Amino acid sequence: MGSYILKRLASAIPVLLGITIIVFLIMSLIPGDPATAILGSYATPENVEKLNRDLGLDKPMVQRYFIWLGNMLTGDFGRSFSLNRPVLDEIVERFNATLVLAGTSFLLCAVLGILAGVFSAARQYGWTDKAITFVVLIGISVPSFFLGMMMILVFAVNLRWLPVSGMYAIYGGGDLPDLINHLIMPALALAAVATGVIARLSRSAMLEVLRQDYIRTARAKGVPERRVIMGHALRAAMVSIIPILGIQAGFVLSGAVYIEIVFQWPGVGRMLVDAILKRDLLLVQGGVVFVAACYVLFNIAVDVAQSLLDPRIKT
Amino acid sequence: MTLFLNLVFRNRLAAMGAVVITAILLLALLTPILPMHDPDVTATADRFKRPFSDGHILGTDHLGRDLLSRLLHGTRLSLAVGIAAALIAAATGATIGIVAGYFGGRIDNVIMRVVDMLMAFPYILLALAIVAALGPGLMNALIAVAAVNVPFFARNIRGITVGLAGREFIEAATLAGMGHTKIILTELLPNVLPVIVIAMSTTVGWMILETAGLSFLGLGSQPPQADLGSMLGEARSAMISHPHTSVVPGIMIFLIVMSINLLGDGVRDALDPRLRSGALSRPRATTLVDRKGPLPAPTNDLLSIRDLETQFHVGARTYKAVGGVSLAVKPGECLGVIGESGSGKSVTALSVMGLVASPPGVITSGAVYFQGEDLIGAAYETLRKKRGDRVAYIFQDPLSTLHPLYRVGHQLAEAIQSHQKVPNHKARARAIQLLKDVRIPNADSRIDDYPHEMSGGMRQRVGIAMALANDPDVIIADEPTTALDVTVQAQILSLLNDLRRDRGLAIIFITHDFGVIAQLCDRVAVMYAGRIVEEGPTQAVLDAPAHPYTKHLIACVPELGQGRRVLATIPGLPPMVDDLPLGCAFAPRCYKAQDKCREREIQLLGTKPRAVRCLFPEEPV
Repeated sequence: MGSYILKRLASAIPVLLGITIIVFLIMSLIPGDPATAILGSYATPENVEKLNRDLGLDKPMVQRYFIWLGNMLTGDFGRSFSLNRPVLDEIVERFNATLVLAGTSFLLCAVLGILAGVFSAARQYGWTDKAITFVVLIGISVPSFFLGMMMILVFAVNLRWLPVSGMYAIYGGGDLPDLINHLIMPALALAAVATGVIARLSRSAMLEVLRQDYIRTARAKGVPERRVIMGHALRAAMVSIIPILGIQAGFVLSGAVYIEIVFQWPGVGRMLVDAILKRDLLLVQGGVVFVAACYVLFNIAVDVAQSLLDPRIKT
Repeated sequence: MTLFLNLVFRNRLAAMGAVVITAILLLALLTPILPMHDPDVTATADRFKRPFSDGHILGTDHLGRDLLSRLLHGTRLSLAVGIAAALIAAATGATIGIVAGYFGGRIDNVIMRVVDMLMAFPYILLALAIVAALGPGLMNALIAVAAVNVPFFARNIRGITVGLAGREFIEAATLAGMGHTKIILTELLPNVLPVIVIAMSTTVGWMILETAGLSFLGLGSQPPQADLGSMLGEARSAMISHPHTSVVPGIMIFLIVMSINLLGDGVRDALDPRLRSGALSRPRATTLVDRKGPLPAPTNDLLSIRDLETQFHVGARTYKAVGGVSLAVKPGECLGVIGESGSGKSVTALSVMGLVASPPGVITSGAVYFQGEDLIGAAYETLRKKRGDRVAYIFQDPLSTLHPLYRVGHQLAEAIQSHQKVPNHKARARAIQLLKDVRIPNADSRIDDYPHEMSGGMRQRVGIAMALANDPDVIIADEPTTALDVTVQAQILSLLNDLRRDRGLAIIFITHDFGVIAQLCDRVAVMYAGRIVEEGPTQAVLDAPAHPYTKHLIACVPELGQGRRVLATIPGLPPMVDDLPLGCAFAPRCYKAQDKCREREIQLLGTKPRAVRCLFPEEPV
């Protein structure tokens, strides 16, 4: 198992390098002179030249890439001019907030989605199945940012059950109950679509598995139906559900950008949008590479989980 | 195509989606010629008018602009941008995919590596990076969304192309001296196009949503121009005081995405042929029972099947898989049931413990008595307690009938613990003993194997061990040796024979091989088209088959050392059981058939223990 994890980690290196190359190439798409683009068309030539030197833009592209890569490997992501602090510090701080939000959402959508899918499949064509299918259909069609706004309107403004936005109360908050209170709505809004997708795919994975011969074998030996469904069938269905979880984690991370804007969550998504609007490209560049790298590592964890579940995978 | 559309629209939800999206598309197309306010004319005096106020059906926004007009123009813009993004992504992705798939080798390798890396990004990061580089704006948002979706198309289309590139017609075109470009355009593209269209139809809703999202973030369309996303984004600051300005564009996005989703689901379901036959239905825990009329009387056998009828209801068709079968076994007795595939022998066996998949299976008549108790009408829990405990099954292909993700020891222990309260270590010890009983070498270590780590013969022994776990009274073996080679088959048969003698087991042995019956069974019942056509002691039937069908079946067994004999086959095929002819079902294939055979139901007659369902038997019985 240990060697399998190492092998998967090693295989991630080219992917991570590829990610940096892609981001680097995209960033060099900037039309015209980047320094002018950043400083605006009224910048003095001296300032433009100084920024060009600071960004290393006077050097050839390949050399620039390796300098940038080398700096990143030593933890130097550059300095954000709009925030006037090191990019990495800002990213790490913001990424923590995103992890809290996206992590909670991911757990929610995985648990709720799989349970809904299992129930739906176990009671195929019954009213539970129809109700779940209907809710799922709505869930996957509502844009998460709209859902978030409507939740604020209903639960924060009209019912006053939950705080409107932010991660902690401005006065007196900061403890765990306060965080949970602030987390409920954004986490649910963010989880909605992924829950729907996971529920759907879990349902069809379960239906597929329930038709297999080994399910009939389990029933033929007198295994109670609850165990047949929650044990034999779900275990086998997980083999096709887990890769879906990996993909959906990417969607949750993506959706977090919208939800962070709607709920004023101090995460990395909101940071990126702000940075784009302020043309703080080093912050964007660093943020994208950092989050993408984390996602690659997460997917390795998914692969390892898969190999633990399925002994047929050669490790 | 008509069939396809019929299938799509038979799905009511898909039809609803089609109607809604068509209506929205029509409205968007007609927007410029509809008599409406200018969407960009501000009137600060009329800010935030509520819906249904005069002159403004949906009210006005924060600058006093008519919301209905803005909504329709925004919809138009969102749809246009989304569809354009889908077209660009499809065209670019398909080109890349076709090139990679057609040329293969190094080009393919490099392209697919890049595609994989692009897919390693959470999609929005890539889109944000592109927008960051190009700067906010609707056109750049469109490019970003299109670019993000290119890998998806490239990968799908490459897969299809690789499959096509090896086919004969492409080779023929190459031999005919066509150039690469011409082959791609005239031979490949027409075949790939439907796939591109389908992939596009399933992703266009998604791309509309993504561009709306970027606009919502302020990175897409810039004021005063507004698509649905930026309308929602602008309305957000006034959401609390004037929710209608947010609700209106939000609901529109929701309607568009949902109708496209519904339609896409309909298309997908229509394309998946398995859904058409209802095969994706989940089998229930027990077979459905829908019996009419009085139950047949119980007998004093250990297990007796009485006038059993099991049908499959698929759509409007009814397949009479088992049409009134009666069988019985006593302790220590082995009954063989033989017939071709589709003769109903397996369904008969599975009906005993309610294991016929339902839907579509339904037991419509008859009874199964175990020690005088009817199992067909029994409650689930009663049945479950007998399954594997009193009546156990051995199935055909042990690779698909053992759970692939559980160790065999676990599966054996579970069979025991489903019926007896035994602590884990005792269940494990018992499982090892069972493996030894079925003569698996190194049972102590083999118990921790997964099924895929064992050979076919080993797995079948595990299947038998599992059936023996609770010392049952009856074992129903459904072609347990068919998947095995001859030497292993012989071992398994002698193993079963020993167990029957040692433990006094009753065995119902289902097979299509008379050779196996001859080795193991005391009595044999021959099935054809869901009915028993002949039964009797094995040796008597083998020596003097009475039914022409039985005679043919026996003739089909090749005998060693008699190589010059022509291998016999039975002309024709077994009948479809959804449309059985009146009278003898074998008549169309029978060399003796006369008009009388097709006139009425033929009884199973004879002096015990033999019986035959034939008007002109080979031998009188």
